[in-house]
Amino acid sequence: MQIQELFEALKKRFGDQVLELATPASGEPSVTVSAAAVQDVALFCREDSSLEFDQLMCLSGVDYPPEHLAVVYHMHSSTKHHRLILKAMVPREDPKLPTVSRVWRTANWHEREAYDLFGIVFTGHANLRRILLPQDWVGYPLRKDYVFPTEYRGIKCHD
Amino acid sequence: MPILENRFEENVVFSTVDEMINWCRLSSIWPMTFGLACCAIEMMAVGAGQYDLDRFGAGAFRATPRQSDLMIVAGTVTYKMAIRIKRLYEQMPEPKFVMALGVCASAGGPYYEHGYHVLKGVDKIIPVDIYVPGCPPRPEALFDGLLKLQEKIRHQKVLRRLTPQEKSVIDETTRKYELETQKLAPLPKEYQA
Ligand code: SF4
Repeated sequence: MQIQELFEALKKRFGDQVLELATPASGEPSVTVSAAAVQDVALFCREDSSLEFDQLMCLSGVDYPPEHLAVVYHMHSSTKHHRLILKAMVPREDPKLPTVSRVWRTANWHEREAYDLFGIVFTGHANLRRILLPQDWVGYPLRKDYVFPTEYRGIKCHD
Repeated sequence: MPILENRFEENVVFSTVDEMINWCRLSSIWPMTFGLACCAIEMMAVGAGQYDLDRFGAGAFRATPRQSDLMIVAGTVTYKMAIRIKRLYEQMPEPKFVMALGVCASAGGPYYEHGYHVLKGVDKIIPVDIYVPGCPPRPEALFDGLLKLQEKIRHQKVLRRLTPQEKSVIDETTRKYELETQKLAPLPKEYQA
């Protein structure tokens, strides 16, 4: 399916929850959906017989200061051979959205990474802990306003 | 030794005890098996047949700090890892030596400025004997480091009373090190044995 058809299929099923189709001059087009509906949209994308997105290629966080964080889902269908990029915006002060780790198991660690580095909270996730940084780390390093630590457990970070 | 050569019966060698001990030590430096990043790939090349670290008696990579003499810190030391490196170092028996391989381990390297998670040189947590520059250093550089380390060991004094001055220096360092160790916060629960 072409991106326009994919967008319409989603629009038809979810109406207002599907916000917009962005087709930038460079890069791939993406569909923005409302954060609250992410899990339902994901499940629909996987299950619907004309979509069959059986694979989540990547799940990443993005920081759009001053107001938003975003989660980006790259999906691929190995039966239909089409791809789709979903995007969901969440407010920076309370970045929460439903997990898709039960739709695609692979999302489990990806979501933990996004939590670790951006502080995005995935509600319903079975084990939302830091995955790369130590558990006692302070702050979320990939946010653009991140302040570097001066000390970690008694080790000075700069001379 | 050469002056005395061939003047005595077979199998007699004259030497000092120091020289003997040092020769034994420097000819069997067993490194610890671990690598932290890209530099470790060069270290592996050094251990393999093409370069063959065993030629210098240092090819027996041990999988435990308890049997190792040399810690080759090959790669980027993150803070998360730094805590563990320090513990590994403490688990090694004396005499022990540390080689900082590559600029990451020596001073933070490419991560010096923007690596929020990278320790700016492993010498911030443990004493380092040899720094090997490069990103990554070629195997020859590692050899050079190893030979320099052997040279260092060759000139160590083992059996001798310390002068009062040396003793005070060592005492002071030990005391500082112990203080430092106490200062480190304990590991978080999930990592405690
Ligand atoms: S010094 Fe260079 S090659 Fe070695 S670990 Fe650092 S970045 Fe990798």
